[in-house]
Amino acid sequence: MSVVFEKTKGLTEKEFHYCPGCTHGIIHRLVAEVLEEMDLLGDAIGVAPVGCAVLAYDYFNCDMHEAAHGRAPAVATGVKRALPEKTVFAYQGDGDLASIGTAEIVHAAHRGENITVIFVNNAIYGMTGGQMAPTTMIGQRTTTSPFGRNAEQTGAPIRIAEMLATIEGASFIERTSVHNPVHIRKAKKAIRTAFECQQNRKGFSMVEVLSTCPTNWGMSPLASLGWVAENMIPYYPLGNFRNPDKEA
Amino acid sequence: MAKARGNVFFDNDRCKGCELCTTVCPVDIITIDRNTINKKGYHPAHVTQPEKCIACGNCALVCPDLVITIERVA
Repeated sequence: MSVVFEKTKGLTEKEFHYCPGCTHGIIHRLVAEVLEEMDLLGDAIGVAPVGCAVLAYDYFNCDMHEAAHGRAPAVATGVKRALPEKTVFAYQGDGDLASIGTAEIVHAAHRGENITVIFVNNAIYGMTGGQMAPTTMIGQRTTTSPFGRNAEQTGAPIRIAEMLATIEGASFIERTSVHNPVHIRKAKKAIRTAFECQQNRKGFSMVEVLSTCPTNWGMSPLASLGWVAENMIPYYPLGNFRNPDKEA
Repeated sequence: MAKARGNVFFDNDRCKGCELCTTVCPVDIITIDRNTINKKGYHPAHVTQPEKCIACGNCALVCPDLVITIERVA
């Protein structure tokens, strides 16, 4: 008898506070599994964001640090420069990374900081009550766009992975999704490659993960997964945008 | 080759009844147990015919709350 699946040692016993069906739980687990498989748990330092994942330091079974809203890549930069032998990652949402923290993420990539960023994009501000984010889809209803997002007034959703891929210092950029088991496996592979990239001192790596927010989208968890596939993936295409091994 | 068999365990009190696991099971043996309420106040997911499990791991893979453990038998 062999164990096919059990809880990773990369997560603590604490139960997630996330809403039912929120895919943050899946993404936490993937990061923790990769850290465990690469034997990095004793060596990793994570930086938690402000947003729903603000309590991530309670869940990851490695050293964690909290950053001011959007500033996780700046804090991770400091940690990595002071302790270059440690594996440093930032875990951020779209309100954190794509809005208030745009300067920090762009310049962390621009400097080619040897850190890994996990970017969870669910097209809305979750923790604060479902306001419109820069990543909100056109026509999507949120508490601050009750008639749907209007491009004339608020612009079009920002594609972070594509934007960072134009920066010379970024070494690994990939967009994945967790809306079904196939894509969950692919997302884990991308997260692993990003951490390997950091270990090989290749520079900045980021994995964007399309995620859900059933509560603020006003849908069931299952309908939310379908919404990712039908509405988000056509606008936010999945795939690799930058890979150091392919360029070599 | 003999068909894979699995034992699947649900930690009921961790479950939030989100139903994600119920749609990915290839042998369709996971449903929400409407007759039970767990510690958190949700109807938890449960396995209706455990002997049919093939240990594919899909349910555990999509579970956001680490409810499921799976063993492969033989």
